[in-house]
Amino acid sequence: MPTDVIMPQLGESVVEGTLSRWLKKVGERVEEFEPLAEVTTDKVDTEIPSPASGVVLAIYVAEGQTVERGTRLAVIGQPDERIDAAPNNVSAQAHAAPAAERSATSAASATASAANAQRYSPVVARMAAEHNLDLSRIRGTGLGGRVTKKDVEAYLAAQRETPAAELAPWEQPGGGDLFKPTDEIFAAANAKPSAVPASPAPPAPMPSELSGTLVPLSAMRRSIAKHMVESKLHIAPHVTTVFEVDMTRTMAHWRANEAAFAAQGVRLTLTAYFVAAIVRAAQAQPTLNSRWTDDGLFVPNVVNVGMAVALNDGLIVPVIKSAQDLSLIGLARQVNDLATRARAKQLKPDDLQGGTITLTNHGVSGSLLATPIINQPQSAIVGVGAVTKRPVVIADSDGNDMLAIRPMLYATLTFDHRVADGALGDAFMRVFKETLENWR
Amino acid sequence: MPEMTLIDALREAMDEELARDPRVFITGEDVGKRGGVFRATMGLYEKYGEKRIIDSPLAELSIVAIGIGAACAGLVPICEIQFADFIHPAFNQIVNEAAKMYYRSGGMWNVPLTIRAPYGGGIGGGLYHSQSVEAFFTHVPGLKVVIPSTPYDAKGLLKSAVRDPNPVLFFEPKKGYRSIKGDVPTGEYTVPLGKARQARTGGDLSIYAYGMMAHYAVQAAEQVAREDGIQCDVIDLRTLLPIDKETILASFKKTGKALIVYEDNLTMGYGAEIAAILSSDGFEYMDAPIMRLGGPDVPAVPFSHPLQEAFMPNPNKIAAAIRQLAAY
Repeated sequence: MPTDVIMPQLGESVVEGTLSRWLKKVGERVEEFEPLAEVTTDKVDTEIPSPASGVVLAIYVAEGQTVERGTRLAVIGQPDERIDAAPNNVSAQAHAAPAAERSATSAASATASAANAQRYSPVVARMAAEHNLDLSRIRGTGLGGRVTKKDVEAYLAAQRETPAAELAPWEQPGGGDLFKPTDEIFAAANAKPSAVPASPAPPAPMPSELSGTLVPLSAMRRSIAKHMVESKLHIAPHVTTVFEVDMTRTMAHWRANEAAFAAQGVRLTLTAYFVAAIVRAAQAQPTLNSRWTDDGLFVPNVVNVGMAVALNDGLIVPVIKSAQDLSLIGLARQVNDLATRARAKQLKPDDLQGGTITLTNHGVSGSLLATPIINQPQSAIVGVGAVTKRPVVIADSDGNDMLAIRPMLYATLTFDHRVADGALGDAFMRVFKETLENWR
Repeated sequence: MPEMTLIDALREAMDEELARDPRVFITGEDVGKRGGVFRATMGLYEKYGEKRIIDSPLAELSIVAIGIGAACAGLVPICEIQFADFIHPAFNQIVNEAAKMYYRSGGMWNVPLTIRAPYGGGIGGGLYHSQSVEAFFTHVPGLKVVIPSTPYDAKGLLKSAVRDPNPVLFFEPKKGYRSIKGDVPTGEYTVPLGKARQARTGGDLSIYAYGMMAHYAVQAAEQVAREDGIQCDVIDLRTLLPIDKETILASFKKTGKALIVYEDNLTMGYGAEIAAILSSDGFEYMDAPIMRLGGPDVPAVPFSHPLQEAFMPNPNKIAAAIRQLAAY
């Protein structure tokens, strides 16, 4: 019996998506759980796995078309099978109650395959932590496609041949998206152009006095551009305050605990400490964790920290939910998980929602100081620069000044001046600074 | 080096120990003139006389009890239990007296006793001549439990067992008594208790076995190496108690996959302890579920030949398990 391929619900609040690319053509063979199509929503690109093994009998939705959840996208079956007609009726019906059931089945199979792909043996998890690997990039040759120890060893051997080891997504330079002049952002767009449906918007005129190529914009690029312009030019009056942080104690704690965390399969990075410091500062100064509305300031009773992650073709900000409830290891685990899935394009739209404040760690690209743009509808974004050893004047126990070499960083708070004034922003940053300087 | 059967190597070990130390004596059913039901002591009665090779009544309790008493009085007994299936009447003596003597006397009394017993199935022996009993005794601190699988180890380990100051249970795979042959050096050498043997080297998965199963494991490993290109480490445990964790874990850290083979009933068998060690001490090296291949949980090894074959692990069953584990 032929099996319908239904547009799944890609998140609690996401009801439609754009079919950006078919990975199989009509008549082509497909295995169950094999990626069948790519779908783009507001911010997330995802793949739809085939719900059955067989041949693609029909495709009903063209590339570039945006459809609602529950829409029949294609039919999988045996080559000689006949399929019932009237796909559009199915699409229409899909909005009725049974659609929920159908999409639940489809989503369930997608989750099941994703869950299997993410279940790793202890040795594989440990090697991934030790070598900082994104396991979703390793092809598994074990039972059901699981990644075995040998697969990891082979991957590492192959990597050794290519010299530069890849940095973890959260350690990579921020791509500059938040920090570069707007014209550079557009010039730097390097998204997979063929994967993106032709834009319905009229094309911008080519600058006639220059020769060059027009690189099509990805959905993500457009979305970033829109949000940046909105936030900086139309919504929030930005103001930035700069603090200097002595990282001696945090670095000592990090070095002392890195191996112990790795033994538990968690890669401890400074990002986890920054998130923890933001939580403490936001709890002391909840105003910076609030949202401006015309009726008043909405102050959430949770601290959901967005974490800017650079991708090859843009930038994404997954959210660590209820960060105030998490220990350092819990935060580190979340940082690992979100960054890894962000890179693997496995984030769900819900992973990106509900943020109350954002962290951008631009220091990983060597930047000392930056003034990022607030991620709306939030009120503040914390930027941390590179940790560099600098001579600083400190006092000994007798109060005598002396020079010391200390790991220092510049941290900035860029906030919405409608929401708070300078003194409040500074109070927030004092807690952030003290938390990191007195870490134990 | 002369090639010998397992039973000849055992006899040579006893012969040499009897000659070396006048305190050593042997007792058991038919061990004297008859030379034992398997001929393990054949010729020793003629050589050492009735005071050192002593026929016993058909009473396992008394064989072991006499051994314990003699050991406490300064002798070095080797007690033969004709079949491990019949060791149970002596269970109380072994567990309550022999195993605890050194501990409860605060180190004043020790029991340098060796109990030899043929064990295991596959010989058409039926319910009462085929049992594996090692798991009962490996649970008891104060005992050492040894199972050799080659003639070389049989001689070297039995000599170590006789010389050990505390009780050693020495279980012999009777199916291999005459079918297993190997080179055995003439004269003095020992194999230390508590050390496992690397019987084969390979990087894909680790097999842990002892006795007859160690042989089958090597055969199966050779078969899958030929047919499938799978390379197995085979660890012949040799001493079941104390456990050689170091060798066990070293192999597992290399391969990340473990197959444990024993012919005793699967549930609560000795291999369960190996599995527990691997999962607790080797967790971070684990790449697949730890796999056990054992006898089915039925009351005994059946007498019917086809049913006996169904019960016993063999090289084909082991090879199938290897393929399954290697593919995981």
